[in-house]
Amino acid sequence: MEPMACQWTDAPHSMGTTIMAVEYNGGVILGADSRTTTGVYVANRASDKITELTDNVYLCRSGSAADSQVVSDYVRYFLNQHTILLGRLATVKTASTLVKELSYQNKSFLETGLIVAGWDKYEGGSVYGIPLGGTLLRLPFATGGSGSSYLYGFLDQAWKSNMTQEEAEALVVKSISLAIARDGASGGVVRTVTINEEGVQRKFYAGDKLPLFHEEIAPRPTPIHAN
Amino acid sequence: MTKSNVMEVPPKGGFTFDLCRRNTMLQQQGAKLPKFRKTGTTIVGLIFKDGVILGADTRATEGEIVCDKNCEKIHYLAPNISCCGAGTAADTENVTDMVSSQLVLHRYATGRESRVVTALTMLKSHLFRYQGQVSAALVLGGVDVTGPHLHAVYPHGSTDTLPFATMGSGSLAAMSVFESRYKENLTKEEGMEIVSAAICAGIFNDLGSGSNVDLCIITKARKEYLRNYQQPNPRSYSRSKGYDFKIGHTAVLSTKITQLRQHVQVLEGDAMEEE
Repeated sequence: MEPMACQWTDAPHSMGTTIMAVEYNGGVILGADSRTTTGVYVANRASDKITELTDNVYLCRSGSAADSQVVSDYVRYFLNQHTILLGRLATVKTASTLVKELSYQNKSFLETGLIVAGWDKYEGGSVYGIPLGGTLLRLPFATGGSGSSYLYGFLDQAWKSNMTQEEAEALVVKSISLAIARDGASGGVVRTVTINEEGVQRKFYAGDKLPLFHEEIAPRPTPIHAN
Repeated sequence: MTKSNVMEVPPKGGFTFDLCRRNTMLQQQGAKLPKFRKTGTTIVGLIFKDGVILGADTRATEGEIVCDKNCEKIHYLAPNISCCGAGTAADTENVTDMVSSQLVLHRYATGRESRVVTALTMLKSHLFRYQGQVSAALVLGGVDVTGPHLHAVYPHGSTDTLPFATMGSGSLAAMSVFESRYKENLTKEEGMEIVSAAICAGIFNDLGSGSNVDLCIITKARKEYLRNYQQPNPRSYSRSKGYDFKIGHTAVLSTKITQLRQHVQVLEGDAMEEE
């Protein structure tokens, strides 16, 4: 066996991930962790998994980093042309259908779970989940990634319809923090994107600002190596 | 054997994966794949106050043997963009040369200085099309009109945009140096010091990396390529008398001289003219 064969640098770049999106009274909130792994090595501890498709529609990416980046680049390109032709902002339904087409028609080559969410004037806030095979599901809230396993029970109990923006945001941050606590492939910071009629707002919750749960120890700041 | 009536449609382009299946089958039957030249490697990049600093070691390996003690891993892409390459040496060399040519044509077409995101998109679409078979892991850095940029590109075609990045088998050693010493708005001297320390960490702690440190500092004004900036592995022994083998050192056992002129005959036509 070659001494230089390193599983962690040769493994494909994947986002273990926890991603989610919820509808609230007036819009949607998308949330994600920030860990990208190659095997067991954390290749990027501050990645941004919520990418913009149009001004009013964003996409949460999980699974293979390469596959999800390529799909989002293609959809952004198609939606750009569609917006010019249409003369209006694209609807969330159109964006999700495009993502679904790419995922479904190329299902044998792609390994990526996606969540499309945004706001348009016809439906208000909407969330669409597009898991591995290319199904398109409109849902009031959606989760994805390896960390989502730990959230099904929690969200069944904690999610309510017609939440305010503050409630929804607190729910998203709490959920991602819970998943980060239990899932090895999720970690880093929590990023949220709030989309409503007014526009888009990006928020960032550093690791030490996240709520702590059962048996978690508060992080202690490490001194920077003085030279 | 009957001839097939179906016309052979040439492949439209892209990689045909048929031979990959044959190779896996042969491997399972016991055949050994040839060892290709890999750059075991430690490559790094960081963004400092005025631009980007890229660093690389200089060891190239073929299996367990060091085949090149002083190879160049920092490749030219454009006057304002450079790229460090880890993985299979042939893949990194060829993919960077290819994108460099594409960028020249793009500059002619647009009439502008190349942007780092252009190089990034060209690299990632090529690597994704080949589904990871082109084993090139790159650290791409440069300064353009929109400012300094640093990206990590992985063999399957995914990219990360970061303030500091490391790749290759020595990436963990180098990352430990960056994580403890990096801060925003570093000066050029501080940046060079941290980059060399990171590469040295890879050189001394990773078997796949070694020899010397190369640096490349890119700012808005210019690009400085410091080849062999540090040489922490000098040849430890050299013979005091020098290496000189005078005639007589090697015994000559027999001599045979063959005149080639006898074997060449002009049969017809003119003998080749000598100008």
